[in-house]
Amino acid sequence: MGRKILLVTTDQQRYDTLGVNGGVIARTPVVDGLASQGFRYERAVPQSVVCMPSRSTILTGQHPSTHGVWMNGVPLPLDAPSVAALLRENGYRTALIGKAHFEPFLDPFTRFTENALAATGTVPSGGEHRGFEHLELATHGSAGQLHYARWLRANHPEAAAMFYPALDADLEVNSAGGGETGAPQVHVNHVPRGWYHTDWVADHTIAWLDSLRSGDDWFAWMSFPDPHHPWDPPQSEMSRVDWRQVPLPVGYPVDRSEREAILDAKPRHWKMWYEGRLVSNFEAPPKWVPATLTTDQVREVNARNAVECELIDEAVGRVMDAIAARGWEHDVDVIFTTDHGEFQGDFGLLFKGPYHVESLMRLPLIWRPALSSRPTPGVVSTPVGLVDLAPTIASIAGIDRAGWMQGSVLAKPSETTHEGVLTEWDSELYGVDVHLRTVSTSEWVCTAYKPGTLYDGSEGELYNLAEDPLQRVNLWDDPARRADRDDLLSLLGELRPPERRPRLDLEAPV
Amino acid sequence: MRIGRTAEQVWELVGDPTRISEWFDGIESATVEGSTRTVLTASGMSMPETIVTNDSLQRRFQYRIGTALFREHLSTIDVFDLGDGTSLVSYAADADPAVMALVIAGAAGASLRHLREILEGEG
Repeated sequence: MGRKILLVTTDQQRYDTLGVNGGVIARTPVVDGLASQGFRYERAVPQSVVCMPSRSTILTGQHPSTHGVWMNGVPLPLDAPSVAALLRENGYRTALIGKAHFEPFLDPFTRFTENALAATGTVPSGGEHRGFEHLELATHGSAGQLHYARWLRANHPEAAAMFYPALDADLEVNSAGGGETGAPQVHVNHVPRGWYHTDWVADHTIAWLDSLRSGDDWFAWMSFPDPHHPWDPPQSEMSRVDWRQVPLPVGYPVDRSEREAILDAKPRHWKMWYEGRLVSNFEAPPKWVPATLTTDQVREVNARNAVECELIDEAVGRVMDAIAARGWEHDVDVIFTTDHGEFQGDFGLLFKGPYHVESLMRLPLIWRPALSSRPTPGVVSTPVGLVDLAPTIASIAGIDRAGWMQGSVLAKPSETTHEGVLTEWDSELYGVDVHLRTVSTSEWVCTAYKPGTLYDGSEGELYNLAEDPLQRVNLWDDPARRADRDDLLSLLGELRPPERRPRLDLEAPV
Repeated sequence: MRIGRTAEQVWELVGDPTRISEWFDGIESATVEGSTRTVLTASGMSMPETIVTNDSLQRRFQYRIGTALFREHLSTIDVFDLGDGTSLVSYAADADPAVMALVIAGAAGASLRHLREILEGEG
């Protein structure tokens, strides 16, 4: 009998939203407690800052260039490797409950298994999909074809209209504002807590675990859609955090002239987006202009985000209780992380896009090894990547690292990690293409801009994390840092992964 | 999409509006009455379409989807004879909202690959 594995992911959660990482708004005692029993990573870096490429990296253990999901809307090929398949081949029971998003959501012809499955059940034809024998899928609301949306409409039809419509009449990300400040993607949702997707994901994870035999080895990927926008948690929970009392993020320059001077010093698509002159990607509302963001809106977004993080923490706690009730509490490794971060006011911005700074690239990551392995708790401060999760999960299961995996088993405290971790961005939307390659090291974040609509390939960003933890001063053109820049670009070249050819087609916006 | 079959062979399948379910991913069946084609998607959704052009001389097929997802839509399929026993199949989609053009084009791209597999697999 091997160790059992619970992979908990959230969507679009910042590093500093956990209490154990210094967060002061949300209370997260469950995940903080896991961290106190295991390993906490202070520089966990995604290989992409949007969902589909990043999630594909978690599953495949490969960089986006290699697994081929170069932007949202590109489906992960069915023949892509999968750590879940590897575990299943080795006798593990496998499930994915919550948000998958290896395949596009906008799918009117229901071409993709993720969208088609809920009509027929939870077991894919052929017995598995990407290595998972059981899938119950959800996303951020009540629309669509996934299990949660169907469950809500079938069992609580009156609740379906309570959620924020994630897309507008043009099927673009909705910019409509709500709440008390009119912030975009903020909405008062009167859905009862027990019907909200966070508790649904936990409930269905518990039900699947309860269906297993006590001696089964299992791998459960519990994937919460929150705290990704829309920020519409159950209104009954909003009294937890008074948005008026929420401190402004340290990364939010309150003074407009200071904020705009910071943006002016960055490559030009930052300010162009801020002023509403550029839409380069589908992940932020194209009709919303970041320059209109107010301090109160930043506070309300952060308050609602914190409520969503608290609900996730409590849901994880319920699943841990269920695991203990089965007598597995000493045999389960728990990994908690997310796919990418969120601006939440940093630089006067919300959401995400081709912006490789720690707002989007510093992630919460906790690994609580099975207590039976007697882990010595500690902190890893050097960079690791989500690309390391697949080999880590295989290692926990006692399986050798597969040749297709590009990461390494997550370092334990005092062990050496990577010299640098790679993050990639490629997007092409409505005639605008942007391509970034970033290396994160212990000391630096260095981004090279490849040629595209806006850049000729000579531009970049360079930040020294010790001197400038908020990444406000771009040193790319500083002659005094030229040698550092050259060394980092050299490292970036060494990290370049093999590219999948031919390039996969974009099949939907998201 | 270049296909290793003559334009006549490709048009035999592409130009028959009832046979779209054989090559377009996610369409289970299609029925035609006059200039109206009704396709049934894999999710069970019935989608009415208006056939605008079905020209066997130009080998051009055009249709409009008439569901609430679209304010406007026109898809155009052309089959070009390359003169060497192969053909070029083009699929163009124009839509309002523009997002739906991406969705249709994405589905069409995958379906053209499927079309090629079907036709070239026929030996």
